[in-house]
Amino acid sequence: MQRAFGLHVGVIAVLAALYFILPAYHSGNLARIMVLAIYAMGYNLAFGYTGLLSLGHALFFAAGMYGLALSMEHLATPALPALIAGLLCAAVTAAVVAALALRTRGVAFMIVTLMFAQCGYLVVLYFSALTRGEEGFVIPQAMRRIAGFDLTGATGRYFAALTLFSVTLLLIGAIVRAPFGRSLVAIRENEARATMLGYDVQRLKWLALVASGTISGLAGAAYALLFGYAGASFAAVPYSILPLLYVLLGGAGTTLGPLVGAAFMIYLFDIAGDITDAYMLIAGVVLVALTMFLPQGILGTLRKRGLSWLP
Amino acid sequence: MAAIGAARAPVILSTRGLTRTYAGVKANTDIDFDLPAGQIRALIGPNGAGKSTFVGMLCGRIDATRGTVTFDGQDISRLPAHKRIALGIAYTFQITSVFAALSVHENVALAARRAGGDDADVARVLDRVGLADRATQSAGDLSYGHQRILEIGMGLVQDPRLFILDEPTQGLAEAEVVEFKSLITGLGDTTVLLIEHNMSVVMETAQFITVLDQGAVLAEGTPGQIRANKAVQAAYLGIPDA
Repeated sequence: MQRAFGLHVGVIAVLAALYFILPAYHSGNLARIMVLAIYAMGYNLAFGYTGLLSLGHALFFAAGMYGLALSMEHLATPALPALIAGLLCAAVTAAVVAALALRTRGVAFMIVTLMFAQCGYLVVLYFSALTRGEEGFVIPQAMRRIAGFDLTGATGRYFAALTLFSVTLLLIGAIVRAPFGRSLVAIRENEARATMLGYDVQRLKWLALVASGTISGLAGAAYALLFGYAGASFAAVPYSILPLLYVLLGGAGTTLGPLVGAAFMIYLFDIAGDITDAYMLIAGVVLVALTMFLPQGILGTLRKRGLSWLP
Repeated sequence: MAAIGAARAPVILSTRGLTRTYAGVKANTDIDFDLPAGQIRALIGPNGAGKSTFVGMLCGRIDATRGTVTFDGQDISRLPAHKRIALGIAYTFQITSVFAALSVHENVALAARRAGGDDADVARVLDRVGLADRATQSAGDLSYGHQRILEIGMGLVQDPRLFILDEPTQGLAEAEVVEFKSLITGLGDTTVLLIEHNMSVVMETAQFITVLDQGAVLAEGTPGQIRANKAVQAAYLGIPDA
């Protein structure tokens, strides 16, 4: 237990140090990776820990993003209250969608979550007078500051991303060690058994999905705040698939898998793009190979091969 | 036909008219059943007699088509399974159903936590069922017999008032069956409902036996009475009642 906490703090310390070591290009990349890792950590709580394969998390990411961005753009809300508005939007959306989607299971659950996310995407397009649809809108630079702390520069952006990432990582670390988190794992492993031990499986799944959606919404809000842009593409299908890929690559049900998966995939695209225009081909082959040879993801495989304490 | 001790012990579980039909086929028909507190009751019957359907309706895994289930004076017919478990019913599955990827300790701890138990309870139960030295192993890596025993341990740690076991000795080695018998008879005031095919287990542990056949109660009585019952013999041997 102490070892897991120590590892998390160590990772945060390394990330903080990397800013001063890495060239500007890579630290910029890393800020984005950390925000997307928050998204994947939220997704991991539902998929990796509870076994709920959602194909609609872009809805929660977008709810957080637009909750923040629209209130800043149209109501001139300052950044911090807008961030809270984003979180609330995501939490409420997740609460309603979870209550409905959890009436289904398995493949039906995947389809229902996918459809809800498509509805969200179409709503963004429908209200394009406010959202400017696919084109999106830029959040004024002057507004992107919290308590005098400028979030538009490289330093501000990096450390804001690191702060949110750290809070989420430590929170997830605590959740999965707590009885609540362990009952989620029990549901993932054997739902019928968990029920017959007296666990209210429906309620626990709902709570897991609300927590997962809210964390995903935090990532969406942070993305808009730190990178200054909100657009409909963040609500579309690819953004529902991305966290699934990050989590599968890094290791489902591991606390650091989302970070590893997000970093791996973003750099894979980056490096493949430097080599050839057909970078999707390289990325595709690598992803297929990884799924074939490391079906439990990078950290999942390490955990199986000796590092059994890995959180 | 008075149950042993029925005059003194209050009834902890009873059913009235409990029926389950699957697309018109009756798996259980109008079962009236009374279980006095503290009794070890065996539920026997040929394959397909409806034993698992019956206990499934008791603990809420299967919805009854009609009829009532009363536990400790409370009508639990409409309660979802997890709420019935919370009232003090524990259930072990016919087909071994442990959390394969989790450690033996965590399996028992998951059962204990829900029932308000702690690590001391987990250690005590692991010791009692003889799995203490395997506590850190993955449950999925245990032998089949050990998984069955783990499953029983997950029931025990809940300290249930009613312990329902669905064919607990299936696949156990002879020595493990002997262990199981002493475990069950040493439970103290826990009421036990045991679905069992192994007749030595039934005859040596049960104080009272209910026989199901074709979804209905065929006979009830002490082990001696059931052994002598012509209708029961006929049902088991598949010949017309002489």
